[in-house]
Amino acid sequence: MLITLRGVRGSIPVPGPNTVKYGGNTTCISVTTDEGDQIIIDGGTGIREYGMAQMAKLPLTCHIFLTHTHWDHIQGFPFYVPLFVPGNNIHFYGSFDPVYHKDLQTILSQQMEYCYFPVRESELKAKIHYHRVKEYQPITIGSATVTPILLNHPVLNHGYRIESHGKSFFFTGDYEPASNIYAEDDEEFEQYEDLIKEQNQGVVDFIRGVDVAVLDSQYTPEEYVSKVGWGHGTYRSAIALASDAEVGQVYFTHHDPMRTDAQLDEIFSKLQESVSLPSGLSMAMAREGVNIQL
Amino acid sequence: MKTIVLSLFNSNGDLPMTIDKEKISQIVEKIPAFPESVHRVLELTSSIDTPPKEIVAVIEHDPILTMRLLKTVNSPYFGLAREVTDIKQAVVYVGMNTVKNVAITVATAGALPQTSQAGLDINALWMHSMRVGVIAKLVAKRVGVGANDLASFFVAGLLHDIGKIVFGEYLVEDYKKVMAAAAAEPDVSTRVHEAQIMGIDHAELGALVAEKWKLPADLIQAIRVHHQLVEKPEAVDQPGIVALGGCFGNLAAHYLESQLKTEQGGAAETSDAAEAAEQGEPLTVLPDAVQAWVGGSMPDILAGIQGLTEEIDKAQTFMASGA
Repeated sequence: MLITLRGVRGSIPVPGPNTVKYGGNTTCISVTTDEGDQIIIDGGTGIREYGMAQMAKLPLTCHIFLTHTHWDHIQGFPFYVPLFVPGNNIHFYGSFDPVYHKDLQTILSQQMEYCYFPVRESELKAKIHYHRVKEYQPITIGSATVTPILLNHPVLNHGYRIESHGKSFFFTGDYEPASNIYAEDDEEFEQYEDLIKEQNQGVVDFIRGVDVAVLDSQYTPEEYVSKVGWGHGTYRSAIALASDAEVGQVYFTHHDPMRTDAQLDEIFSKLQESVSLPSGLSMAMAREGVNIQL
Repeated sequence: MKTIVLSLFNSNGDLPMTIDKEKISQIVEKIPAFPESVHRVLELTSSIDTPPKEIVAVIEHDPILTMRLLKTVNSPYFGLAREVTDIKQAVVYVGMNTVKNVAITVATAGALPQTSQAGLDINALWMHSMRVGVIAKLVAKRVGVGANDLASFFVAGLLHDIGKIVFGEYLVEDYKKVMAAAAAEPDVSTRVHEAQIMGIDHAELGALVAEKWKLPADLIQAIRVHHQLVEKPEAVDQPGIVALGGCFGNLAAHYLESQLKTEQGGAAETSDAAEAAEQGEPLTVLPDAVQAWVGGSMPDILAGIQGLTEEIDKAQTFMASGA
């Protein structure tokens, strides 16, 4: 399968001369199986250009998996042209909002309401289908199997593992590994540590042995001290997860909007100097336009 | 209408409350405790700086709240592969922010009775109470009340008519007479009928319930005086800001409900709104103390409140998801 990173930026798109190398589009990843089944993960602004490219071959059937509904992962949809074309079949997969009882269609439609956008979701001409995902329940798309796992973030967020013809790929969506809410001298500390270990083991086991993992690593460990609970990982937590899970290659994604190309280069250099990876694991900074052929 | 009400006020400015103290004491004793955890949850979750372990502690100390929260998290809406059996596990599994938001929903919706034996339209009453709570909270925010203190305004609004629910639960036959009298004489305030038939009105009874629940003094006052501030403000000794906010919330909610009635051409949602609309009272008039605190006229303040409709929609979801 061919995986292309189409948007690797977190929070808000950041075009400009300082982000040309790694890109300013928010999260979007396309996955195409050897047979041509089209899968997209997340609709950040990176989905816009891909949609234009997809228009070359109509009618189109496409399966879009949403890790979560934070704005930087859905903001590209009103500009995803295939939605406007009759004859296309677009399937959305994601979770229900269990706090305010909103289904996926409602959530996505709301950003296309009158005050936000001139075309309403009900006016889109493609056939649109909405599916609710359940943790660990695989979904078959042609030769691919897509399996969701719930990962910690301020809103329900599903990471996705995709397998096809013996090759595998994993994307976290936005993910902050759990940290202990108790201080070391609180009596609940140990119990909470055990819960964290159990939770982390579940994630490691789920992604064990994937060829490529794209992981949320927005912060350096120093920055993270003041960002605990914000919902994102660090370069170190990504490396730790990839190592424990015996991943082949790890890509660091969800680059902070403040991060310039030069800064990302510097962070990567420092990582290369200071981290010794287990053999079999290589790492890279996610960059817009990168093609990964598995 | 105003003339009739005022003539029944005694020299203290209250409606004469002739109820047997013993009888009321017995009623109030029967009422189950208002979970303090609800107030604590609302208070703690209103600040982004609250350490997560404090929120967890409050939830864990209330077995009913714990049970309701776990039931929600284990529901098909979450689509979890594993069952969650305690709150700490819920935090690790679905995250603190989601647990916090579910706790708010579950705490508020589950706190109080949802049915009434006396034929009181309890859904309409809860909807009205939610509106009052939301408006009181948002106007307090607008005035500059700190985030940590906003919960009291919301709870004051939510509970301001709790006396009516107590009537409907525990003094069923008498309250049916009150409702019949109110229907027969719609130009007389329901409070007057309550005082005449039951010997106490819902505001005073609500305050007694709040005292039993050991709610904060400013909340108790807010419940006690929410009509008095309008009808005989000089009899209210030093109204606190929660009372002023609750009073504004109640008046504003009635005004909005009467607007709804006008637009939809249907029955107003609560009898008070219907009464007031029929009496042709200018629903936007604020008592001086309330107007001074909110800093403007009701239409201006309502127009200036950010997110009112959205907050009321959220409150409707709370109602719908009450376990």
